[in-house]
Amino acid sequence: MDTGIGREEKLSAAKLHMTQYVVAAVMLVLGIGLWRLQVLGSDNYKVLAEQNRVRKVPVLAPRGKIFDREGRIIVDNYPSVSCYLLRDQQQKLEADLPLISGGLHIPVDQIEADLKRFQYAPKYQSIPLKQDITPDEQAFIEAHRNELPELETLDEQRRLYPRDGFAAHMIGYVGEISENDLNEEKYAAYSPGDVVGKSGVEEAYDSVLRGVDGSRDVIVNSHGKEVGTLGQEMATPGKDLRLTLDLDLQMAAEKALEGKIGAIVAMDPHTGEILAMVSRPTYDPNEFAVRLTKAYWKSINEDPNHPMMNKALQAQLAPGSTFKVIMTLAGLQENVAQDMHVVCNGGATFYGHFFGCDKHHGSVDIHNALPYSCDTFYYTLAAKLGIDKIAAYGHSVGMGMKTGIDLPDEQVGVMPSEPWKLKTLHDKWYAGDTISVGIGQGFDEATPIQLARALSGIASGGALVRPHVLLPGQISESQQTAIEQTYTGSGAARIPITTENWQTITDDMANVLSPIGTAAEAHLEGVDFAGKTGTADVISGRKKGTADKSTIPNAWFVGMTPRRNPDIVVAVLWEHGYWGNNSAKLAAQVINAYVTKQRSKAGNLMRYASAPKTDGVGQPVAKHEDAPVGLGGSAPATPTGQ
Amino acid sequence: MLLGFVLVLSVFSVLEIRSATAMTKFHGFQQKQMLFLGLGIVAMFAISMVDYHRLLDIANWAYGFSVISLVAVLIPHIGQKVLGARRWINLGGGAHFQPSEWVKLVLILAMARYMWGKVAEGKELSWSDIGKASALVVVPVALVLKQPDLGTALTYLPVLIAGLFLGGMRWRQAAWVLLGLAMLGGLGLATGKHLKPYQQKRIDAFLNPDSDPKGSGYQIRQSLIAVGSGGIWGKGTNKGTQTQGDFLPIPYTDFIFAAFCEEHGFVGAVVVLLLYFLILVRLIQNAQTAADPPGTLIVMGVMAVTLFQIAINIGMCVGLMPVTGIPLPLMSYGGSSIIFTFLALGIVMNVRMRRFVN
Repeated sequence: MDTGIGREEKLSAAKLHMTQYVVAAVMLVLGIGLWRLQVLGSDNYKVLAEQNRVRKVPVLAPRGKIFDREGRIIVDNYPSVSCYLLRDQQQKLEADLPLISGGLHIPVDQIEADLKRFQYAPKYQSIPLKQDITPDEQAFIEAHRNELPELETLDEQRRLYPRDGFAAHMIGYVGEISENDLNEEKYAAYSPGDVVGKSGVEEAYDSVLRGVDGSRDVIVNSHGKEVGTLGQEMATPGKDLRLTLDLDLQMAAEKALEGKIGAIVAMDPHTGEILAMVSRPTYDPNEFAVRLTKAYWKSINEDPNHPMMNKALQAQLAPGSTFKVIMTLAGLQENVAQDMHVVCNGGATFYGHFFGCDKHHGSVDIHNALPYSCDTFYYTLAAKLGIDKIAAYGHSVGMGMKTGIDLPDEQVGVMPSEPWKLKTLHDKWYAGDTISVGIGQGFDEATPIQLARALSGIASGGALVRPHVLLPGQISESQQTAIEQTYTGSGAARIPITTENWQTITDDMANVLSPIGTAAEAHLEGVDFAGKTGTADVISGRKKGTADKSTIPNAWFVGMTPRRNPDIVVAVLWEHGYWGNNSAKLAAQVINAYVTKQRSKAGNLMRYASAPKTDGVGQPVAKHEDAPVGLGGSAPATPTGQ
Repeated sequence: MLLGFVLVLSVFSVLEIRSATAMTKFHGFQQKQMLFLGLGIVAMFAISMVDYHRLLDIANWAYGFSVISLVAVLIPHIGQKVLGARRWINLGGGAHFQPSEWVKLVLILAMARYMWGKVAEGKELSWSDIGKASALVVVPVALVLKQPDLGTALTYLPVLIAGLFLGGMRWRQAAWVLLGLAMLGGLGLATGKHLKPYQQKRIDAFLNPDSDPKGSGYQIRQSLIAVGSGGIWGKGTNKGTQTQGDFLPIPYTDFIFAAFCEEHGFVGAVVVLLLYFLILVRLIQNAQTAADPPGTLIVMGVMAVTLFQIAINIGMCVGLMPVTGIPLPLMSYGGSSIIFTFLALGIVMNVRMRRFVN
């Protein structure tokens, strides 16, 4: 542009002057940049800065403890420390692994697997390395605060369950909520990482036990390390719960079933309160409270006898001769059995097939058929009644439907009927099918809890109760309603039974324990003990696909005391226990423990004495309001003998 | 008056370094910074004692020596590697220095000397003159890029721009050069081979800071949050959550301005900008009153470098520029940077003191 070139022009004041404007322009641009951020965008950036440094940390609510009916503790909590790995800003993590591995006793490859598992999780989310660390490991972390800043400890409360799987099936266990559960509607309020009841009482009453987690607003630095607290919202501890369980009875039942496969359930038939519940084999819920070892899971998972299964609610097996009590009810109520006389010559032929009986019982009528457990008599009765009537009475006492106990995963069993067979097996009902049903075989399937409820309901004059494990009055009405809606079943019901028939059936059941009965060996001196054995053939009743190949019959017994309006019913299932009589002896142990305990209380001495002398005096106690409360001996119980 | 503004900024620097390092293992850096400032002031007065014409006499020798030291720093055993770049020469006894900072000063002198000759000839700059002046700068730029240190290499460019501008480059020539550079740049971006991956990431992060908030966008995002959340009045000394929580990266060097903005707000930031403005305007005045062309050229060289660094660094803190490791003159922590700045100011004083000579 400029052609006249002199020193003055080249370094002209104009050029230097111009640079001043350049400087001013640069400053203006920077100033505008600042204005944009600090004046216009400041509110937005203030929020971002807060989000950066403030993190909501949950304050875990201690889970409610679980007690037995007398306030003795069953499940407690204990303080525990867990170790977490912070990944923020960690570049040299690989180099630290051997040291971490040595100090915390975790194999390096396990840490690497954890890192891999969380590799797509946000970096600020810390990885749980080890739960329930030992004081030694805690000391290691403290001592290496500077070298291993990525290790962080967190105080937690953990569940302490009884040892050796005591009452494990009823109580259940807790664990971290699974991704599948999170998708379910009933877990809508839960978030990942929450500890949740996985089975038993822990699952059923999770919402009561868990309480409400609080939270703490903590100030963290860019490494996620906590440097201060802003405020906190207290956690509401979970509610302690008292179960209907009686530890003394539970212990007796556990002992009775020691080393066997099967289940025992004891219930108060007046109220439906479960007094004891055992399932064998069992598992140790404490193993689930901390990281489950692969070996333990394998041993549990591959055990053909299903240790995780609560057989008291879930074993659906042919009830065998225990079903004859229901047959007796049907026969008497239908006025078919009263005058029935059958001569048993070791079986009989129906519809061209021979159906065997284990003995030659000779002349059998309604008074000795049940004590003898004569199959010939019940074949004949079944043929006379027909499947429709049998099924109707079966349904009336809750066969083939859930009892509605407040525990998860109860099974329904099977009360065979024409429509059932058509729907399930797509086949029509043959008259011969009815004969097997008459002795609790064939398509018949029941769970121990169903049988306990049905037989004690009959002995209580027709008052069927809804079994439950929670002592009443501890949770709100809405919570109670929610439980009942979750665990639906036939619930409380009245079944028609005349006083006369009631007396006949209950006397028959008492005679099962008499010298002529199948369970004579289980007789308890001075105790009005009644019940029914069952020796169920496993070939026809067994589930397909189980690894269990044994053909030894299952031994059943459902027993109660006293015979009418019983205060306790005990159902025993001993898989492959040979004879019902064997199970009767196990039930006798529990009944004996119960009676001994009651008698040790003042004024109860006479309560469970032998056979009532005043037959016909008593009225069936149908409503449980009339039932003796607390077994204190003051309530007028019928019938009372000496 | 210039010295007054400089000292005020130095005090701000020391206070902010103190605040920014309070919670870190770098706690106490403000004392080292004060030591550097003391050394810088001594050096400033020392260099102002020597007539700048003497400095120009040795400028060629110094330039040659500088190139050798930049080569030396690239040789293993002599050059020290810090964070993946060889920038330092170990002086023994724990001391080390960064030759690339001093080269800046030598370059200003060498450029002034060269352009002085051209100005004395009284002709327009020929293409060959432009080529020579460019070569003067491109050699050290290339060596520093090799370290690699893009930021420092970039700070050499304003020396060339100021030199060409004042040395008499014609507008048409400038337009051609810019066009050529634009084409080269376009070619470079098209092939994408001339930027190291981390540099490419920084540019991506600059263009879209939220794209990868935990990765390469982290620094720029945290800086924006720091500056923005400072608001009008700031959060107060030691109360910047971004700075104290270690969210803002290196808040005592490259991002010291962001830390300052967080704790002292828009008001504090504008005061700092104003001080820089006054210093730069004062430098231009000194250039105007210089006794001879080399004096003017030297002062304008200093001005250009300082303005460039301020623009790039503050621009980075407020999200107007991509992340480059260029310190903010007078505020960022660092001995080489502080001492360079004061030496440069010493030469400016030198020129000013001799404005009535002739």
